[in-house]
Amino acid sequence: MANKSFVGEIIRGIIKDNPVFVLVLGLCPTLAVSTSFANALGMALAFTFVMLGSNIFVSLLRKQIPADVRIPIFILIICTFVTMIDMMLEAFLPPMYDALGIFVPLIVVNCIVIGRAEAYANRNPVLPSIADGIGISIGFAAALMLIGSIREILGTGGLKLVMLNVVDGVPGFYPLSAIPGLSFIPEVIKFPIEPAVVMITPPGAFLTIATLMLLFKIMGDRKRVKQLIKEGYEL
Amino acid sequence: MTDALIPALMPTENIFPIFVEAMFTKNFLLVMFLGLCSYVGLTTNSDTSKGMSMAVTFVMTMSAILTWPIYYYLLSDASFLGNDLTFLKTICFILVIAAFVQLVEFIIRKFSPPLYRSLGIYLPLISTNCAVLGVVLLNIQEGYTYGASILYAFGAGLGYSWVMLATAAVREKLIMRDVQLFSGFIGAFFAAMMAALIVASYFAVVKL
Repeated sequence: MANKSFVGEIIRGIIKDNPVFVLVLGLCPTLAVSTSFANALGMALAFTFVMLGSNIFVSLLRKQIPADVRIPIFILIICTFVTMIDMMLEAFLPPMYDALGIFVPLIVVNCIVIGRAEAYANRNPVLPSIADGIGISIGFAAALMLIGSIREILGTGGLKLVMLNVVDGVPGFYPLSAIPGLSFIPEVIKFPIEPAVVMITPPGAFLTIATLMLLFKIMGDRKRVKQLIKEGYEL
Repeated sequence: MTDALIPALMPTENIFPIFVEAMFTKNFLLVMFLGLCSYVGLTTNSDTSKGMSMAVTFVMTMSAILTWPIYYYLLSDASFLGNDLTFLKTICFILVIAAFVQLVEFIIRKFSPPLYRSLGIYLPLISTNCAVLGVVLLNIQEGYTYGASILYAFGAGLGYSWVMLATAAVREKLIMRDVQLFSGFIGAFFAAMMAALIVASYFAVVKL
């Protein structure tokens, strides 16, 4: 893997190994906290912290970890970072801590983090592992925010774009318009549709992810058929 | 010792709503979205989903029985130690669950090979199943009494089981039909959506 570039590893994590849509892992937080763009962003940030910490430390310790007990050791390393982000959220971002609830401690058993520790960080040096962590985190964040935005737009008729920011010394998720120079963006972007409340309830989550996966599958199938026709197959 | 209180062992209020809540209105798979990896992966046929459901229900109930005393008598600030160690709860619970699952695996491999053949392969999957860790964390978060927490865990296990079995039945039927697009986990998601709609609309009319 030495010849692969840092950027290439990141892009692979986003597209080819997208944790949600390609590997179908980590569905619990994807569906549970994607009720709005803001929640999805908060979860994505917490996940990124844990993913990077776990990948770096597993990769650093990969020569010391005995193969027989590697999974418990991975879980302990992951759990350290989860406890850290859990306490930090409780201290600095209490509204986000309440909104994410039980899903922050549950990052411990997130299959994506354990899967990357086992499949990648345990076999690769630190720098590629960081790249892999960044790529997977961006891929997860993109999937979460896509589902979150779709559900928020269809469920409430508007989209509230937010960003992690510090206003008057208080950290929090503030609308983009709070940033100087971006004040032309309205706080809630309105869409001319009738809100369907079912989209922000649990059935809406299943409907969104099922429809998205169906679309990706149809697109993938069409791409494969075109490829086959180009190679000279006849239907 | 501080003023923080350990909840009573036996529940004083009516615990039937807790049970129905765990089974239907706050179903782990359909409403709380816990344990979805095993839902997608193991509902391909009804034998697999039956084995997994039994194993999950058993481990959930037992881990509720084990973790409640550990939390209130060792970690909380009303415990014998008198220190607030609650920040250790995630790490402590996951170790307890993993150790318990390993122990059960050894025991049934030794004493009941047939049971091991049908359940054994699912047990390692359970220590990293978020439904099991979820139920023990929710028991603490909701402040349930010991009796109520065990009942909640058992109800959650049953709720998990019926959704797993129902989806496995749907997916087994779908394989026979000419709907290739819906036969994989996409079909499972649509089945889950319909089940979630049914549960939500039924309990919107029938109040507990």
